[in-house]
Amino acid sequence: MSDDFGAVSAQEEPLYGAPRLPEGGTGGVRAILRDNLFKDLKNSILTLLFGAVLAFIALRTLRYLFVTARWEIIYDGPLSFYMVGKDFGRTGISYEMLWAGIYVAMFTGGIAAGLGNRSAGPAMSLSARAAMIGGPLFGVVFILSMTRTITPTILTVGAVGFLLLGSQAARRVRGALKRRLGLIMLALVGLSFGFITGFDPSNIDLFGGLLLTLVVAFAGIGLSFPIGVVMALARRSSFPLIRPIAVGYIELIRGVPLISLLFMGQFAIGFMFPPGASIPGPIPRAIIMITLFSGAYVAEVVRGGLQSVPSGQIEAGKALGLSPLTITREIVLPQALRNSIPALIGQFISLLKDVSLLVIIGLQEMLGIIDVVLARREFTNQGYTPEAYAFVGAVYWTLCFSMSRAAQRLETRLGVGTR
Amino acid sequence: MAVARTDLARSARPPWYRDVRVMRWVFQLVVVAVVVTVLWRLYSNATSNLRASGLPTGFDFLDRKSRFAIPGLQDSASFTVRQAFIAGYLNTLRVIVVGIPLCTVLGILIGIMRLSDNLLVRAAGTIYVELFRNVPALLWIFITYLVIILQNLPPLSDEVTPFGAFVISNRGVGIPWLNPDASVLTFIGFVGVAMVAVVGVSLWRRSVTDATGRPSRSGLYGIAAFVVVLAIGNFVAGNSLALDPAKVNGRQVGGGLNIFPPYLGLTIALVLYTASHVAEIVRGAIQAIERGQTEACQAIALTTFQRYRYVILPQAFRIMIPPLASQFLNLTKNSSLGVAISYVEIASIFQRVSNNATPALQALVVLMFFYLTLSLGISLIANLINRRLSLETRA
Repeated sequence: MSDDFGAVSAQEEPLYGAPRLPEGGTGGVRAILRDNLFKDLKNSILTLLFGAVLAFIALRTLRYLFVTARWEIIYDGPLSFYMVGKDFGRTGISYEMLWAGIYVAMFTGGIAAGLGNRSAGPAMSLSARAAMIGGPLFGVVFILSMTRTITPTILTVGAVGFLLLGSQAARRVRGALKRRLGLIMLALVGLSFGFITGFDPSNIDLFGGLLLTLVVAFAGIGLSFPIGVVMALARRSSFPLIRPIAVGYIELIRGVPLISLLFMGQFAIGFMFPPGASIPGPIPRAIIMITLFSGAYVAEVVRGGLQSVPSGQIEAGKALGLSPLTITREIVLPQALRNSIPALIGQFISLLKDVSLLVIIGLQEMLGIIDVVLARREFTNQGYTPEAYAFVGAVYWTLCFSMSRAAQRLETRLGVGTR
Repeated sequence: MAVARTDLARSARPPWYRDVRVMRWVFQLVVVAVVVTVLWRLYSNATSNLRASGLPTGFDFLDRKSRFAIPGLQDSASFTVRQAFIAGYLNTLRVIVVGIPLCTVLGILIGIMRLSDNLLVRAAGTIYVELFRNVPALLWIFITYLVIILQNLPPLSDEVTPFGAFVISNRGVGIPWLNPDASVLTFIGFVGVAMVAVVGVSLWRRSVTDATGRPSRSGLYGIAAFVVVLAIGNFVAGNSLALDPAKVNGRQVGGGLNIFPPYLGLTIALVLYTASHVAEIVRGAIQAIERGQTEACQAIALTTFQRYRYVILPQAFRIMIPPLASQFLNLTKNSSLGVAISYVEIASIFQRVSNNATPALQALVVLMFFYLTLSLGISLIANLINRRLSLETRA
């Protein structure tokens, strides 16, 4: 990262542009300023120019955030619309149940993060750490500042607590429990899904807002993972009849835009069910198409992971007389999947952004719910559009930015690509 | 002895159901059979369901009347569905052809900014990248179109007209464009002549450089040649090459070229969004080049511009091409988001076409076919460039 202040050592000198401490380490702030801002005339002009532009933008942004923006569209408006949608009340799921599901999910995520932490990696510099925590923190504070009671804040802090609890638990767990951790995590994910849907998946049809976005994204990545692994293995296999099927599926899906697949789910998939069969609602159909879509991309990610496993590993397996299936299951896949975790998180982030396309087929996810709120009598035609989009953008930004930073950190820790 | 050996061989060969060579093919055939059966079931379900609901199963609907108008095309209301699809395809191409060069240039600029040794320049680059890439493209499209263009540009009644030749309003942006009376062929002909002149001049400058070692400045000479040839052409053709300034004509932008707001919003948003991804690719590619290259440039006192133009970027470009191609593909596919702001590109055409009388399934096949041609075309071009560049390195 280019913002690694002072993390300069003999082995890992940043390649370009990273600021360097003055020779001999004397001079302090003035030397840092000189080296970074006023090295020569050209640099000083650039500093003044960009300083002016950045200051102007910062001023305008702050003025908008704190003075001109009319945030009542968010906090006087139904904040719950943005979070869980218009019809969530009709599901009969209590908010306690929903939070229980979120806590279980956070705990599971904590376990996963804790497992990743085992291998030691290069320590993060202070400024990188600050950027990683500061950005999301600002976003979360901004979102929580829209709430009118203290309860959501306490519950959010509790969620972070469960995350930390999970990562501590992952580090402490030993023995048989540790060996079955994958199974336990799977069970926890199922439990969390159960809590969130009130143990009735058909409730998803009434979800909206952020909840719908997250449920579709998680369901998409979770369901597409097995498809992706199978397709990646098929594409790299030595079966001349099966490889073309995998290649065809992956390239066909990757060659068309997601919206055409969503249109297919909306208009065409109903025709493919056997006559007389009950056709699932629009949201499950969208999940089916998003799963198919994501499967092709996950397959490419896993294929990259498979390629990163050195061929000596497979040869060693053959030398031991293991069957091809055992070599794949016990030697290749564990390493390949471990190496593809950062790219998988990246895939999840882009899926989360892609779920916004559901608004085009008329579903009320994060973007679609804006129209619902703006159509309410107290807000309609009063120019509240910028605020609504800014708020939704902030929610997306906080989610995606924190996850992408986590993926970057994991990448350096796992040492992918460095050997 | 011989008998014993055949016995041994026979007993050593496993039964067929444990023979890897046999089971390999059995397994493959089973998988293929399952896939074919599933696809066949889906297909037969679809045809029988379409028939049951009285919808056509063929592609005859392409020759029916489309019954909707496409903004910017005069007689589009009488188009057939096929013509409408092609018009939409051209609109998609308009986004791509303008978007890809712009996002590349912007992305390279931001990528280099992120590597600047000036703290503020670097910070600006980082803020740009992190801001644009962590928010969905669709949200940027809504923000540029609904918020910036429709709400923040002046209405047509008090439009802004810079230089008297441009019009900026929320009903469209006008730029100077070809005179409608001028023949397009004449224009293309003169531009072609000018291009030939540019090539000739730059070849001449290169030979001068090779012979004398003086700087070629072929860019400067080329631009001069281009301008001179076009000026002469304009004089010869009786001033018909002069561009027509945009102006307000009653309730719309007339004269020049009127860029419709949805097109503007879609293209700007996609360029800004894709540029943030391109910037990261550029940064990664530049960082992958040894630091010694930069040090060597500094040792022979090249300026920063020269260093990037002649040393770093040509090498980085080779690394960039495959990921860049995938970003161009993303831009192409994201152009389908125009459907959300009623920009009439090909996905919108599909949405308008797929009403009750039209079988959505077949219209969808047409839509996907068009996108596959685009995707394959871009991958093909990228592969060709890639091959050319990698051959050059070996020579």
